[in-house]
Amino acid sequence: MSNHASKRRGTDSSYDDLSFSIKRWLSSDGNLTRLFVIMVLVFVTMAILSPRTFLSLDSFSSMAFQFPVLGILSLAMMLSMISGGIDLSIVGIANLTSILAAMVMVRLIPEGASAGTSLLYIAVGIVCAMIVGILCGLLNGFAVAKIGIPPILVTLGSMQMFMGLAIVITKGQAIVGLPEQFSAIGNGSVVGIPMPLIIFILCIGAAYLLLNRRPFGMKLQLLGSNPTASRYGGIRNTTVLLKTYALSGLLASIAGLVMIALTNSAKADYGTSYILQAILVVVLGGVNPNGGFGKIAGVVMAVLTLQFLSSGLNALHVGNFFKDFIWGIVLILVMVINVVSPRMKWKRKPAG
Amino acid sequence: MPKALIELNHINKSFAGVHALKDVSLRIDYGEVHCLAGENGCGKSTLIKVMSGVHAPDHGEIRIDGELRSQLNPIEAINSGVQVIYQDFSIFPNLTVAENIALNGELAQRKKWINWSKMRQTAKQALDKVGVDLDLNAKVEHLSVADKQLIAISRALMHRAKLIVMDEPTTALTQKEVRALFRVIEGLKRDGISILFVSHKLEEVFELSERITIMRNGKNVISERTDQLNREKLVYYMTGRQIDESYYEVEKKTGTPLLRTDNLSLKGCFEHISLSIHPGEIVGLTGLLGSGRTELAESLFGLTPATGGLIYRDGQAVNIQSVQDAEGHGIAYVPEDRLTEGLFLEQSIERNMVVSVIDGQKDKWGMIDGKKVKSTVRSWIEKLGIVAHSPLSPVKTLSGGNQQRVVLARWLAANPKVLILNGPSVGVDIGSKEDIHQVIRDLARQGLGVLMISDDLPELRQNCNRVLVMKRGRIIGESEGKSFTQEVWSQLHDGHDEEAGLAENRGSTA
Amino acid sequence: MRKWTKTSEFYVAIIILVLFVAIGSQNGAFFSSANMFDLIRSSIVPGIFVICTMMVIISGGIDVSFPAIATFSMFSATKIILMLDLDLPVFVAFLLAGIIGLGLGLINGLLIAYFKLPTLIVTLGTSSMFSGFLLTFVGSRQISNLPPALEQFGKTPFIKFTTDAGITVGLPMSVLITAAVIVIVAIMMKYTMIGRGIYALGGDPVSAERIGFNTKFLQCFVYGFVGFLAGIAGMIQTTMMRSSNPVDLLGTELLIIAAVVLGGVRITGGHGTVIGALLGLLLIVTIQNSLILVGIPSYWQRFVIGALILVGTGVAAYQIKRSSSKRSSILT
Repeated sequence: MSNHASKRRGTDSSYDDLSFSIKRWLSSDGNLTRLFVIMVLVFVTMAILSPRTFLSLDSFSSMAFQFPVLGILSLAMMLSMISGGIDLSIVGIANLTSILAAMVMVRLIPEGASAGTSLLYIAVGIVCAMIVGILCGLLNGFAVAKIGIPPILVTLGSMQMFMGLAIVITKGQAIVGLPEQFSAIGNGSVVGIPMPLIIFILCIGAAYLLLNRRPFGMKLQLLGSNPTASRYGGIRNTTVLLKTYALSGLLASIAGLVMIALTNSAKADYGTSYILQAILVVVLGGVNPNGGFGKIAGVVMAVLTLQFLSSGLNALHVGNFFKDFIWGIVLILVMVINVVSPRMKWKRKPAG
Repeated sequence: MPKALIELNHINKSFAGVHALKDVSLRIDYGEVHCLAGENGCGKSTLIKVMSGVHAPDHGEIRIDGELRSQLNPIEAINSGVQVIYQDFSIFPNLTVAENIALNGELAQRKKWINWSKMRQTAKQALDKVGVDLDLNAKVEHLSVADKQLIAISRALMHRAKLIVMDEPTTALTQKEVRALFRVIEGLKRDGISILFVSHKLEEVFELSERITIMRNGKNVISERTDQLNREKLVYYMTGRQIDESYYEVEKKTGTPLLRTDNLSLKGCFEHISLSIHPGEIVGLTGLLGSGRTELAESLFGLTPATGGLIYRDGQAVNIQSVQDAEGHGIAYVPEDRLTEGLFLEQSIERNMVVSVIDGQKDKWGMIDGKKVKSTVRSWIEKLGIVAHSPLSPVKTLSGGNQQRVVLARWLAANPKVLILNGPSVGVDIGSKEDIHQVIRDLARQGLGVLMISDDLPELRQNCNRVLVMKRGRIIGESEGKSFTQEVWSQLHDGHDEEAGLAENRGSTA
Repeated sequence: MRKWTKTSEFYVAIIILVLFVAIGSQNGAFFSSANMFDLIRSSIVPGIFVICTMMVIISGGIDVSFPAIATFSMFSATKIILMLDLDLPVFVAFLLAGIIGLGLGLINGLLIAYFKLPTLIVTLGTSSMFSGFLLTFVGSRQISNLPPALEQFGKTPFIKFTTDAGITVGLPMSVLITAAVIVIVAIMMKYTMIGRGIYALGGDPVSAERIGFNTKFLQCFVYGFVGFLAGIAGMIQTTMMRSSNPVDLLGTELLIIAAVVLGGVRITGGHGTVIGALLGLLLIVTIQNSLILVGIPSYWQRFVIGALILVGTGVAAYQIKRSSSKRSSILT
């Protein structure tokens, strides 16, 4: 089964080239190229169909407030999917942690507190939410790595638990009236860039470094493609999985915070449709559902594509249900293309 | 020329661009015991799958009973009397013993309904033919490997089989079970059933077969009556090379061993293991499958920590509870099953190579240092002569020999003091095999201690200065490396029982 | 002999028994016929869904699209019948819903069998597609004036009597359909080649193909059949609710999967029984309906079910881990 393409020893010269080239980067992964083309196509189509509404500053600005929550949740989903699992509990974690934060901010801040005091409480609320997010993730990780329950079942159960806990805490009611300083995170801008987008970009940066530059990222991808071999290769599978789900929980809690800052209220069953959308984004972004592979760039492009599609359809006054329909079709189509295109390639140039 | 039972003429088959079978022909007569020999990866398995209708050939014709079968599918093959016992037995762990045996036949008769009592009856008859008694209602998942194979054989014996294909059937069997299997085969032959026996073990090939077909690199090299061949010719046809007999010799080692175990044991797997490896030594370890040799290696590497006894590294008692402990003490392990335990098949060669040392390749920010990684990878690709298009291509695109070199490079990069190799040349072409041996010998000469676990007697003979033999979880003998022949092995292994006066038990009985 | 005391079904049964006794001892109303009939009635539609999910999981896959298929089938079948405006017998409505469901299920099956796509993702996608299509192109408004035959079927009780307390309790005719589905699938899984093929497929798909099962057909059959049953279940929902609501069943899939898994059906495929799946459902339905009887507020439901899933699957995973590490000794 030797590689027919090359019989020579040693490495090809491009391997030594450390410089970056977009062309090489895109062509290194057919899926990314395809995704890029799809993204541009969707954008252009929408721009042509409704140039006035879609191509307006308002529309871009509202998009920039909308997609970061889904984007951050997709990053969380991506990490667990690269490990060969799935995390259905991210929205549950997002709701539970944001409810805790909201309670700290709404119930604990004394009446008529000074701006400084309420900022302190806001900070406490945010930190609380993030710590609880990590703990929720660790619970998932423990059940997956130590007890050996399939991830889909673990997170199916913990999703119910987290959401259930959130319902128990709030008795099903929404918490409203978050402090203004906090809502600014959801609705404010810094030098014209919406805060949610800035947070999303920070998350992307952190996730990129973690996944591509830290040894942890490589270990995670190796573990995802073959957990037995990673054990034999000296990777601490348990540690890697615990970290992965903890990170997923942390990202989910950040998404939750952005979500309540945007809507200025917290509720136990907000955003449940985000679970399926996050899976859709991640799969669309070229993350292998069986684990081992995934590029941040792919996920980001997938989020953008969906947002263009969604905003464009809004501009055409198409209902939300039609979007569901389109998303389902896009997901299936992309997967079919991913399967069919390598097969076609072999047919076109039979090796000999 | 009399009619043949099955004839494959000029078969060609490619997968995703890999030409697995090139113009292969095979002819099996009625009641013949035919042996298909060849190294791993030579296309034997693909040929079997073509014969049993799993793969359709790209070109070529299949004739059964002289009749041309252009659209052979698994059911038709079974109906024509072709039965295959695959290496993994094709057993369903979640179904009962009776189902596993009888379902195949029911399916071939295109039955729609299941008659459980009839299935149990058929299964019982089939098991009686092999002479075993198993609980027909038990789920197979809890049975031993030997029992699973018996089920697979019983299944193949059913349903008026005319040809039974056995793919490496003796790999997991004890000596006694092998003898029993050979007796079954003799019996089948008397009943006029043909056997195609796929093997790379020369002893079995000569003992059993009437005719031998040899394959190499997807082509058949020769098809000859067994009495026209001898060992040397067979090896020559299989590998394309003459047997090279050179030996690895070191002077007797004294002083502190690199690795020593004292009464090491793991509950249910091995006990009283005391061995030592000195710098520069290549110590062989052999024994049948299930003798505890792999378990011993995995304990030394911390995968399943030993439950008793002591391990010394350079004379210091060390506690190995995890792979990280073992790595910390300079112990490296190249596992038995390269495809599932050794490699991340879809991942790049680069990643496969640096996994063991990645924590040491960071820059001052704690990020992976791309330059360091690349230079590590490049240097090992050169040192081991790995043939690859690019270090970034998936490791699955490499040949078996190059894949094994990647796993070897991974652990050599960690700069180990003790290297444990489990089956270092399984599924590796002869050229790579010699290269790998050469690398290991060179490293040993520089002071590395090697524990080489292998089934391959010539491999052990040529590379090891001494060889230990394991049986039922204990070391039962030791031999000088270059005099470790088949005779010595049989003497040590089979002689042990008579001395100890133990009755041979099947693997499943505790 | 099979050691039935070692099966997971046995453990689930014990837990249910304990739960029954615990709830019953706290509140006598639990064992009242009204409450028991209530439990059964709320299991009629989910009962078919757990059967569907069980088959899919045994075959080695997972299906989250059945609520969408059920909704799609019942709503469009109702619409078609209303449009035709003929006084068709009730079985035509069920058959129509079933056939629509079969078609949608086959889309899943074909995608899974021929493109070898991961089942979870495919069914997520088709689920979104089906419900999106339904709500956009077929309609999103509840239909309250059902065709007369359906209306009549919904009103006809199978059992009906008045208790001593003067409460009228009963079960609709559709309970018979669910019972029939359970019996048919139980027989199919145990006594037909297709049923055993589904088990074989879930146990080891490569071997299943080798010994001559047509695995592509089996996969198409499973998803198609499940689509058919989901269509029927959707129609039952319509008759029980006396209206056809296009968003009624959406979102129930994860709870149904939880029930099936709690009933001992292994998510990795190949293992599971009809009895187990039904016991799992009984457990979930009891918690949903009866926790309130012992004074636990209903907003604890979700938490309790979640904890139950984690504990249940944890125990199962622990058992599998232990039995696989318990290999026979090679020492003599």
